[in-house]
Amino acid sequence: MIYLTAFLVGGLFSVLGQILLDVVRLTPAHTTVTLVVLGAVLAGLGLYEPLLQFAGAGASVPVSSFGYSLVRGALDEVERYGIVGVITGMFEITSAGISSAILFSFLAALVFRPREKE
Amino acid sequence: MEHPLSRDVLRDPEAYQRLARDRETPRPVLLNSLRAFLVGGAISFFGQLVTDVYVHVFHFSPKEANNPTVATLIFFAVLFTGLGWYDRIGQWGGAGAIVPVTGFANTMASSALDYRSEGYVLGVGGNMFKVAGPVIVFGVVSAFVVALVRSLVELLVRGAVGG
Amino acid sequence: MLDVRQGRTWVFPQPPAIFATATVGGPREKEGPLGKVLDRAYEDPYVGEKTFERAERALLESAVAIALRKGSLAPENVDLFVGGDLLNQIVSTAYTARSLGVPYLGLYSACATSTGGLALAALLVASGAAATVLTGAVSHNLAAERQFRQPTEYGGQKPPTAQTTVTGAGVAVVRPSGLPVRIRAATVGRVMDMGITDPMNMGAAMAPAAVDTLRTHLADLGLSPTDYDLIVTGDLGEVGRRLLLDLMREAGLFFDPERVRDAGLMIYDRERQNVLTGGSGAASSAIVYYGYLVPEMADGRLRRVLLLATGALHSPLSVQQGESIPGIAHAVTLERE
Repeated sequence: MIYLTAFLVGGLFSVLGQILLDVVRLTPAHTTVTLVVLGAVLAGLGLYEPLLQFAGAGASVPVSSFGYSLVRGALDEVERYGIVGVITGMFEITSAGISSAILFSFLAALVFRPREKE
Repeated sequence: MEHPLSRDVLRDPEAYQRLARDRETPRPVLLNSLRAFLVGGAISFFGQLVTDVYVHVFHFSPKEANNPTVATLIFFAVLFTGLGWYDRIGQWGGAGAIVPVTGFANTMASSALDYRSEGYVLGVGGNMFKVAGPVIVFGVVSAFVVALVRSLVELLVRGAVGG
Repeated sequence: MLDVRQGRTWVFPQPPAIFATATVGGPREKEGPLGKVLDRAYEDPYVGEKTFERAERALLESAVAIALRKGSLAPENVDLFVGGDLLNQIVSTAYTARSLGVPYLGLYSACATSTGGLALAALLVASGAAATVLTGAVSHNLAAERQFRQPTEYGGQKPPTAQTTVTGAGVAVVRPSGLPVRIRAATVGRVMDMGITDPMNMGAAMAPAAVDTLRTHLADLGLSPTDYDLIVTGDLGEVGRRLLLDLMREAGLFFDPERVRDAGLMIYDRERQNVLTGGSGAASSAIVYYGYLVPEMADGRLRRVLLLATGALHSPLSVQQGESIPGIAHAVTLERE
C-alpha cells in the first residue's frame, strides 16, 4: 500500500514541478527553489509529517523534503537549546544528503568525464 | 486582439513578441506531465524499496533508515550522471528527474564533472555548488524564517495559555 | 579610391572569389544529411583532446589545415585571418591564429560570424589591402553548453524551441580569383532587438535581424528573392524560420518558401536526430555554406545564393540580468561566374 502512495505522491510532486516549468515558465532552478520553500512552509504548518506517514518515500524523496528536514532540524534544536536553535540546528538531519552528494560527486569527478548526449 | 501582422511588426516590439509566442512550437504539457509523473513516481517507488531494505535486511528503524536511503539514492544519481544516463532521463522525464533528491545530486555531480578541466581545487571544488546553490541557500533561508515564526508563535501561545 | 557603397551594401565591381574551402564536423554532424560533404568527420567529441575547449580549437585548426592544403597554400601565403567562435574572448580562434602565425583579427558575431568574416574578407581583397584572406568560424556543442547554459551531464529538460549547437568548423580562403564562385555583394547587418528574453528560443530573437538585413540587401541590389536559387539563413531553426517567412510576407517580399532554407535545418535531420528546433552555433552556417553551397555552385548546380547567417549577441550574464537578446544578420550574395 505504501508503495502505491509513494509512487502517486512522488509522481504528483513531479507533476507540480512540470507545471511550474511548462506553464508558469520557471527555470529548473526556480522550480526546485519553489518546491524547497513549499516543503519548509508545509513543515512549519505541521502538514509535512502526516504526508510522510501517508506517502513514505513519496514525500521524502522529492526535494521539498529538504525544506522539511531543515525546519525539523531547526525546531528540534529549539526544543533543546532555545531560540538559537533556529540557526544552529538546520543541518542536523540534512547532513547525510549534503555530505554524500559532495563526496560522491567528487569521486565521480575523479573517475568520469562528461560525454556527448546522443 | 489585433492580428500580429496588421502593422509593421518590426517597429512594434510587443506585436512581435505576440507573434513570436504564437509561432512557438507548443510545449506538450500533458505529455510532459505524464512522463514527469512516471519518472518521479518511479524514483520515489525505488526510494521506498531502498528504505524497506534498510529496515528489514539491515535492521534500521524506519526513522534511522532515512539517512542511508537518501545517501543510496544520491549514489545512484551520481553514478547515472557519470555514466551519461541522467541527462537522457531528464530530457524525457522533465521535472520527474529534477524534483526528486536525485536531481539535486545530478546538479552537483554534473557540475563537478564539467569543471574537472579547471583542476580539482578551483574547478571541481569551486564550482560543485554552481547549480545546486539556490536550493541550499533558499532552503536555509526559508527554513530559518519558518522555524523562527513557528517558534515565536509557540512561545506567544505558551505564554498566553501557560500564564 | 574603391567605391563599393550602394546604400548600406558593399557591391564589388571586381568580385573576389572563393579560392578554397574546408569543413569538419563531429559525430552528430557526420550522421546528419550533410555528413558526406565534410572534409573530415570526428567520431570522438573530444577530438582526441583533453577538454572540449581544446577540441574546439582542434576542429578549427583541422579545417584551416585542410583548406590550405586544398589550395596548395602555406600559412605564409595568408595575409590575414578573420574568424571567430562562441567561447569567451573567442579563444579557440585566437589559439588557432597562434599556430597559424599570421595577422589575425578576431570577430564576434555569434552565429553570424561566418558571413561577417566573409564580408570583411571580400572587402579586404577587393580593396587591395590583402591578396589572400582566410576566414571561418567554429563551435562545439559541449563547450557552448558549459559556457552558456548548464553542465553537460545536467538532467534539465530543454523545450522544443531550443536548438542544438553544431560541433564543427568551416573556413574559406578568399582571393581575387579562384573557384568560379564570386562574392558579388555583402551587407553588414545592424543589431535588432525586439525584446525576446528567452535563450531557449533564439530563433525568435534572431528572425527580425534576418529580415532587416535581407530587405536592405535586396533593396540596395535591386533584386528580389526570386532572383536567387536559394536564400539560406544560418540557424533560425524551425521556429525562427516560421517567423522569418511571416516577416518576409509582411514586408511585401514575393518568394517561394521552398527556396528559403536554414542551415540549422539542413545540417541535421530533425526526424531522426534529437535536435529540437534545429542546429545553431557559429559552425552551423559555416559548414553548410562552405561545405555544401559553395561546392554546389562551383559544380554549376546553383547560380546565385544569398548567405544570411544570423547571430544572437547575448551573454550568459546578460540573460540572468533580465536583458533581452539582441540579434544580428550579415548577408553575402554569391554568384556563379
